[in-house]
Amino acid sequence: MAGLEDLYREVILDHYRSPRNRGELETPPAIMAEGFNPLCGDEIQVYLLVEDGVIAEIRIGGQGCSISQSSASMMSAAVLGRTPDGAREVLRSFKEMMSIHEHGLDGEPISTDDQPGASGLGDLEALRGVVKFPVRIKCATLGWNTLDQVLDQTGT
Amino acid sequence: MSTATLNVTTVKADFPLLGREVNGHPIVYLDSGATSQKPRQVLDALDRYYEEINANIHRGAYLIAEKATTAVEDSRAALAGFVGASAAEEIVFTKNATESINLVAHSWGRTNLSEGDVILLTTLEHHANIVPWQQLAAERGVVIRWIPLDDDGRLDLTDLDQLLDGVRLVAVSAASNVLGTLPPVRRIADAAHAVGALCLVDASQWVPHYPTNVADWDCDFMVFTGHKMCGPTGIGLLWGRRHLLDAMPPFMGGGSMIQNVTFEGFTPADVPTRFEAGTQPIAEIVGLRAAVDYLNAIGMEAIRQHELDLTAYAMRTLTERFGDDLAIHGPHDLENRGGTLSLAYRGIHPHDLSQVLDQHGICVRAGHHCAKPLMKVLGVNATARASLYLYNDESDVDALADGLAAAGDFFAF
Ligand SMILES: Cc1ncc(COP(=O)(O)O)c(C=O)c1O
Repeated sequence: MAGLEDLYREVILDHYRSPRNRGELETPPAIMAEGFNPLCGDEIQVYLLVEDGVIAEIRIGGQGCSISQSSASMMSAAVLGRTPDGAREVLRSFKEMMSIHEHGLDGEPISTDDQPGASGLGDLEALRGVVKFPVRIKCATLGWNTLDQVLDQTGT
Repeated sequence: MSTATLNVTTVKADFPLLGREVNGHPIVYLDSGATSQKPRQVLDALDRYYEEINANIHRGAYLIAEKATTAVEDSRAALAGFVGASAAEEIVFTKNATESINLVAHSWGRTNLSEGDVILLTTLEHHANIVPWQQLAAERGVVIRWIPLDDDGRLDLTDLDQLLDGVRLVAVSAASNVLGTLPPVRRIADAAHAVGALCLVDASQWVPHYPTNVADWDCDFMVFTGHKMCGPTGIGLLWGRRHLLDAMPPFMGGGSMIQNVTFEGFTPADVPTRFEAGTQPIAEIVGLRAAVDYLNAIGMEAIRQHELDLTAYAMRTLTERFGDDLAIHGPHDLENRGGTLSLAYRGIHPHDLSQVLDQHGICVRAGHHCAKPLMKVLGVNATARASLYLYNDESDVDALADGLAAAGDFFAF
């Protein structure tokens, strides 16, 4: 049985308690996309300011559960300073980690070269346990799907 | 109707699912507002139907087809009695409350409403009683107005007279699926009639819990859904006044709903068949009848009293244990509310709360409960909702309180 500690890892609770890059940015010059989890009503806004081809600033707004909030907080830290393409790469790795198809339902990676640490996701690895709680995957990916939308607006 | 009190131990034993364990704990099911569990009596009726009389209805001249047809019409009659309808023909079977409301919006609404006509809703409606009207509004230029709530989560009827100006239909829930609020349906129906409007009652959260009588409400349409009242999924109901149904065109076209079909066109059947296109969910109709029989045998008055006592116990227990750490949305006086308890606890997100409760085998709902406009009024995105039913007892409430305490410890920061 998957226990609560599998889901609510310390790093996650830390990001929930003190979320990074919370707030808003003025649009324009920043761009913004809004995401909804239709199941639970969570809402998130992702603001990006792209300067000289890199994400110079990112802010997260909205409300949500510990999983959606901490995931968005970690995401903001992970993509800050990257190019839009670099951010898309992190996004891809993260979504891969979240996809049940790549894992047994117990959340363990199926392929051996997909060990924790190998993904370059850093803190985000803590969210791996979410896969054991399929209903919560939508929470964990809310911010990322919204990032995906806002990246589309960068036109790069 | 039985006046005996409800023996919750006996009742609980009727529900096989309530005997199982979840995450190593006996299940504590507090999500009957979403769907109720089913008693053995209903499950057996479904089995018996398929094992003994399964056949399509109104079509065969052989024995089991006749028996199946009779079972469906007997169910219709039983449901008419259950809700105080004056004739079985006023009962239309649908898939669920959602389809019933869509039926009225399409058939009555598109026939009778045009640009500038007003539909009056309340801010506590379920999306099922909002979106079909918004679709009509977008298509026909119908205007939607909202009865607001007061600070206690009751309808604020102060400006009802002004709100009713130009109104053709008032659509109101008899019981809120979020706040437990019990709006004064009769008063609203009377006010609607005084301006020549009709009144539709969404009784999805009422019929499972209280004696229902459409004549006492004096409403014009009433809808509910079978799966919240111990019946199967896939079966719901529309009751309408006969003369209104008679004047309404079919909603869906197909088999069964016609009197005649030629190359040139069709003549619709009489009500209620006119609204029951295609093969009906026969087993579910039979199962719903078994649910009605089950509830009647216990007695709706006894069920109401049991839930009233349990709701009082729950509100007392939660308030005593958690004080200001816990808020219960909606009315606090028991005359104005049912056993639906939307909770806010120490700022813990409802999703996280329900996750911890799940570890203790406790099923509560976290989310917007298909009432996003109401969430906006409450100023939240979601609530954690515990909803009580006839099979719940004080031990379930105590388990909830223990679970909340555990969640508080886990998220204490
Ligand atoms: C008040 C209310 N109306 C309508 C519905 C819709 O019921 P169904 O989804 O069975 O059509 C529900 C149930 O979720 C409800 O609580």
